[in-house]
Amino acid sequence: MSPTISCTSVYKIFGDNAQKLLSENKGKVDAAKFQEAGCIVGVNDASFDVNKGEMLVVMGLSGSGKSTLLRCISRLTEATAGKILVDGEDICLMNNKQLIELRREKMGMVFQNFALLPHKTVLENIAFPLQVKGVTTDNSIQKALEMVELVGLKGRENYFPRELSGGQQQRVGIARSLAVEPDIWFLDEPFSALDPLIRKEMQDEFLRLQSVLNKTIMFVTHDFDEALRLADRIAIMKDGIIEQLDKPDNIVLNPATDYVKRFTEDVPREKVLKIESIMDGVDPNASSDFAISKNEIIETVAEKILNSKEIIKVTDENSNIVGSINPSKVIKVLFGG
Amino acid sequence: MDKNYLDTVRNSKPTQFGILLVLFFALYHLVPHNDGNYFWRLPSLLKGIPLAINNVIFSALYDWFPLKVWDPIFEMYEEKAAFREFTKAVSQGLLFLITFVRELLLGGDKIIDVFVSDAWLKENDWLSWPALPWTAGAVGAFILGYQLNGIRLGLLGGIGAVYIAIFGNWVPSIQTLSFVLITTPICFVLGLSFGIWGYLDKKVETALQPVLNVMQTMPQFAYLVPIIALFGLGDHAGSIATIIIATPPMIRNTILGLKRISPEVVEAGLMSGCTKSQLLFKVLIPTARRDILNGVNTVIMQCLAMVVIASFVGAKGLGLNLKIALNSLKIGKAAEAGLCIVIIAVILDRFTKAWANKPVDYFENLTLFQRHRSLVIFATAILVFSIIAFIANGYFDKINYLYIIPLEKGLTIAHYIDAGVDWVWDTFFYTLNTFNKFLLTQVLGPMKKAYLGMPVISTFTLAMGVAYIVGGLRTGLIVGGMLLFIALSEYWDRALITMYMATFAVLMASLNGIIVGSIFSQTERGSRFILSVCDFFETFPSFVYLIPVIFLFNITDTSVLIAAIIYATVPATRYTVWGLKSVPLSLHEAGTMSGVSRMQRWTNIEIPIAFPTIMLGVNQTVVFSLQMVILGALIGTEDLGQIIFGALSRTKDGAGVALTLGVFVSLIAISVDVIVRKWAEDRKKALGLL
Repeated sequence: MSPTISCTSVYKIFGDNAQKLLSENKGKVDAAKFQEAGCIVGVNDASFDVNKGEMLVVMGLSGSGKSTLLRCISRLTEATAGKILVDGEDICLMNNKQLIELRREKMGMVFQNFALLPHKTVLENIAFPLQVKGVTTDNSIQKALEMVELVGLKGRENYFPRELSGGQQQRVGIARSLAVEPDIWFLDEPFSALDPLIRKEMQDEFLRLQSVLNKTIMFVTHDFDEALRLADRIAIMKDGIIEQLDKPDNIVLNPATDYVKRFTEDVPREKVLKIESIMDGVDPNASSDFAISKNEIIETVAEKILNSKEIIKVTDENSNIVGSINPSKVIKVLFGG
Repeated sequence: MDKNYLDTVRNSKPTQFGILLVLFFALYHLVPHNDGNYFWRLPSLLKGIPLAINNVIFSALYDWFPLKVWDPIFEMYEEKAAFREFTKAVSQGLLFLITFVRELLLGGDKIIDVFVSDAWLKENDWLSWPALPWTAGAVGAFILGYQLNGIRLGLLGGIGAVYIAIFGNWVPSIQTLSFVLITTPICFVLGLSFGIWGYLDKKVETALQPVLNVMQTMPQFAYLVPIIALFGLGDHAGSIATIIIATPPMIRNTILGLKRISPEVVEAGLMSGCTKSQLLFKVLIPTARRDILNGVNTVIMQCLAMVVIASFVGAKGLGLNLKIALNSLKIGKAAEAGLCIVIIAVILDRFTKAWANKPVDYFENLTLFQRHRSLVIFATAILVFSIIAFIANGYFDKINYLYIIPLEKGLTIAHYIDAGVDWVWDTFFYTLNTFNKFLLTQVLGPMKKAYLGMPVISTFTLAMGVAYIVGGLRTGLIVGGMLLFIALSEYWDRALITMYMATFAVLMASLNGIIVGSIFSQTERGSRFILSVCDFFETFPSFVYLIPVIFLFNITDTSVLIAAIIYATVPATRYTVWGLKSVPLSLHEAGTMSGVSRMQRWTNIEIPIAFPTIMLGVNQTVVFSLQMVILGALIGTEDLGQIIFGALSRTKDGAGVALTLGVFVSLIAISVDVIVRKWAEDRKKALGLL
């Protein structure tokens, strides 16, 4: 199956003569050199795929180009060079009409500062993408009411954005982005403007929604913990370059660069790693009382393993025994050494 | 000289200013004052410009693009210039609209006359639209105010209308109102369109900026003669003058409002799949609603500020009455007309502000009657009061007081005002006169002489030097270029007089503003109070300030200057309060914990931080002072304003003279603006406030 989003050598360089500089250097972009020439490098040679139903989290600090990358793929900014395929079609070649069509049918986006229309109520904000599409008022309001229920804002349909808390406003933003039932869901630091407690709550809510909806997601954040919590795969960006793109546990176990390592150092391994990553080969002496799935996060089964004091069998999705786990390995992950 | 020393000079602005001043005074005293000397006065090389402008206007009107137009009276084709036909069409259209609204409210048959033949109308002399009884008008104002913001605003509207009616100013007030009601929507549409265009196209915005700068700093008088030349005399000419004055702030507000929209909102619109027009009308304009409606408020205020000036080109209404009263020095009558303008201004100001801030309720569950309740009540009121007024026809002999109370029959307190004025005059004549004489002989006279005795080379050294020190070579050249344009005309001496008056007014107004603003902004309540006082004074149309001062100080520079100072103190105060309020709380706390006294806080913390903002206020006082100084020509001064005003009676090159001199005044204002704005920006950056 072909990927839903596929990027090949995407560049975004701000500045008047970006195009010329890029072709002169044949795609070899040195940020410092470009800056001297009056250009700022936003995205530097990004290539990756996002598969259907997958959640790719793009993580980076401010100025790393993560939001720019997202905007290139939604074509809110034009990429300077490269190929961006959405369901096999190059969106950089689309004309304005096709683009509007694409956004109306396939894309939804959530913004950091909510970006709600101040003159419209919750319900009208959510119905807005439907109404610009030409859906009748009755149908769009009906759909919007469903969305209100989905994001848990029932009873606040007629509030104006200014009357809602930050968390509630972002729920409206989420509902609006989902109203047209898009296949692809872009989220640009959706929880960064929220308080830590609300943020945790919204992440849980988001995971619940995703388990129901199963969209293809690109999620941008500057919070590494958030990335670990949500992602199927993480892309870590620095100065416009994707430093590493991998599954969360792989990033923690094998950081590709020193930069990535600095993020992973303080991450509690047991919260990220799965049993699979520390299991040994099949051991005939293993206790036969119970078995543990290789896909469990270590933290969630640690107590069980340590209590048994024996070597335990590890199974895969089909309950075949694929390995064994020694409690001493778990202790090592938990307490280091 | 060693290199370090040179570097110190290069980097120390006070040293640079010091050297500049020494240079200025040296030149001032060394350059001989004689006519052939180009260091003293430049030759008037640009003398021909006014006439050239006039020639262009007249050729445009009579020669360019001739069209064949069918003349129904002579039954033949005539050659007429396209531009002339265009201005004619505009004039007639505007006049029709204004008359339409006017007759709708005041009654008459001119509009009916447009649609039927004269003869038929004469035969059927019953055919005339009835006037709206003032009682119904007052109820209408009450209901509208009540709808917008509750009972208090309703009472303001209602009582205001009743006052206007029983003091006999109903007819001129409605004439003025109809003028505002037609002019405002035109300014709104023009301003919104240009604003949107400027927002969408960076090039257009860049091109608009200097044009708007000139339009907003040009004295209103300067437009009058060209307008008469192009459009003739009448209400429509007044309306066009007002449109020229009132549209720029609408454009600016629109651009500002649209630019303030967070980029995310625009992106949200795009990601919702908006087309360009959907983005504009469903996302951008509604989001910028508040700024745009504030623009409408400014437009209305400008319209009212223009009514007297518009009366010079034939607009009827309160402005005309006020002008006539002022011309015959009837202070009481002038004050009453002025008060009516202020009342209308205050009512419209509060109404539009309430409208701008009124939230829209989309989900009210109301019945048809509830939704249109006020409309129904209003319609009923008109009907009831019209019937009462109609029945009363039998009771009143000649004048039906229930329709309209004529000016000469209305209540008046004019003679009390006149008596009061006489009393002040009699009692304080000696004091006032002494003060006036002192000011004229000891301060203003010498100052004027000093300005006029300034060789052109030293003026340029000073102005360009300051611009260079503040903003570098480019700024220096811009300022020099603008001044050169004036210096090469035959009006340099007049411009110097204008500059002397403006300088004096700006200095005094800034001083007042900074002191008043500082005192009141010591407490939260005080600053709120003084800001609302500023709001109140700003609703006064500019010429209203001239009424009391003429009377107290006669027709001298003093009157004009005092009016200018009071008028210009308002922005100085406002910006001072804004500046002081913008000082971060943490700095106040840091100051308190360092144990500063109140005075130390003011001099060491508040003023340095607020100063860039205060300077932007001073910038505004320059524009305000110049406007009032030029307006002073109305009562007689001898600066540029007098000639602009005098151009009204110059047939040969009046339009050219007025436009050229208007541009001169605006160049003076823009020169100051360029320097002050650059300085304030750099200073704010240095303080980390930007």
